[in-house]
Amino acid sequence: MYEIRIHSRGGQGGVTAARLLALAAIHDGKYATAAPFYGAERRGAPIVSFVRIDDKPIRVYSQIKKPDMVIVLDASVMDVVDVLQGLKSGGRVLINSAHAKEFGGFSSGHVDLTGIALKENLVVAGSPILNTPVIGALARMGIVSSESAITAIREMFTDERNVKAAEAAYKEVHS
Amino acid sequence: MKKIATGNKAVAEAVKQARPEVIAAYPITPQTEIVEQIAEFVTSGEMRSRYIAVESEHSAMAACIGASITGVRTFTATSSHGLLYMHEMTNWAAGARLPVVMANVNRSLGPGWNIWAEHTDAMQERDTGWLQVYVSTVQEAYDATLMAFRIAEHNDVLLPVMVNLDGFLLSHIMQPLETVDIGDFIPPMHLPHAIDVNNPAGYGGLTGPDQQFRFRWDMERSMRDSVKVIEESEKEFAQRFGRKYGFTEDYRCGDAEVVVVSMGTLGKEAEVAVDQLRSEGVKAGSMRLRWLRPFPKLNLVGKEVVVIDRDYSFGHGGILATSIVAQTKKDVFSVIAGIGGQEVTFDDVAGFVRKRRMGTEFWFGVNSHV
Repeated sequence: MYEIRIHSRGGQGGVTAARLLALAAIHDGKYATAAPFYGAERRGAPIVSFVRIDDKPIRVYSQIKKPDMVIVLDASVMDVVDVLQGLKSGGRVLINSAHAKEFGGFSSGHVDLTGIALKENLVVAGSPILNTPVIGALARMGIVSSESAITAIREMFTDERNVKAAEAAYKEVHS
Repeated sequence: MKKIATGNKAVAEAVKQARPEVIAAYPITPQTEIVEQIAEFVTSGEMRSRYIAVESEHSAMAACIGASITGVRTFTATSSHGLLYMHEMTNWAAGARLPVVMANVNRSLGPGWNIWAEHTDAMQERDTGWLQVYVSTVQEAYDATLMAFRIAEHNDVLLPVMVNLDGFLLSHIMQPLETVDIGDFIPPMHLPHAIDVNNPAGYGGLTGPDQQFRFRWDMERSMRDSVKVIEESEKEFAQRFGRKYGFTEDYRCGDAEVVVVSMGTLGKEAEVAVDQLRSEGVKAGSMRLRWLRPFPKLNLVGKEVVVIDRDYSFGHGGILATSIVAQTKKDVFSVIAGIGGQEVTFDDVAGFVRKRRMGTEFWFGVNSHV
């Protein structure tokens, strides 16, 4: 089982990113679950959501304690949250950033999701949309196939700019 | 098409398929998405139902009762305090022999103000005459909701059915969902004692001491008859749609020396614990209780039993544990865990099994008297 923890802030689309990723994995013929951790969420508060991907039906409902991968959609949550907590040795990090960052020996990738969203004018209520481009970056990193990523995005969003943003992130991610 | 849905959406999808004529509901966390989705189906014309937005859960159940007694299919959904607020009317729905179907998203009771999973809300309804089923996956939430209409409306039953799903853990998780075309799986509803709306008449409703017990016995008789209706409905469902369910879901119980009994999502987490224990040489199994009412005969002969209650009856014990002790006349290790959404992992469940002491009660996370 491959377990992914997504760190974001309320309103940035971390929960939708989890859902898109699970849907893409299902299109790849895998089993997947996506779960938000529900606390007292509100816009701007740090939140986490979880994705599990496996070849067998998934029976675990508790939170992911030892993720294989951590995704950071907003680097500023790292001021208040230890995003590397429990990350397995050999685990990977993907961060929304224009510049490479060091994660204490963990292999990491970075991509400027915010810049991509702004370039595609993917902005809702003043916030750049990060959840569709991040799926493109994850496809490049081999978590899901790019075909399934695009299929999942088109199923959930009719605006083709989401697909373009995902394609841009696929090209631009450094990992 | 491959779909992904939350437990809440799965319930709403099933309700759309079942086509109740009347839905009356009041939103409450974490049930809200069910009624939002159904309201959307009605507004968009995908469902041709009457959606009654009421001012309270008491009114929601009262409206379902009023609609149901005219002989039409009804549905509502609630959670926690909403369910408790219905309590007078849930008794009435069962006593009036009305096959209302309700989804209850299990949530803790205040105070403290807590919105997370716990079974005490529905457990407090266990003596009302409602059938109760507890589900563990998004697919099962969908399947059980479909079957609930068929079971409730069967002429040998005519009692309301409550489908329970764990708040957030299941109501908000996204999992694969396969929807079906139900065809004639749920026959048209026929209520033999429906009122005649074209010839309205009122009668004195007082029922004397020489009659009331007959109504109550008749409810119990139907509750007993519901066992075969449930079995027959689940068998028919499996034949048509390929997914099998029973009163319990037994996992590696056959040769097990110790069996974990639980309900809801914890039953799935327990299966992972069982695999872990088996790899350590412990012959463990998991029995996930699906139907709380009617309470099934459990086959636990020759096994040690660890019961996990996500509920409690103060001054008495875990409601599931005490029910199992009463039926099997054997000591169990009673674990109280997951109250108010307390995180319980498969590691924790495996730990319960390792430290089991029959005849004792253990509150997870509590070290002493607090």
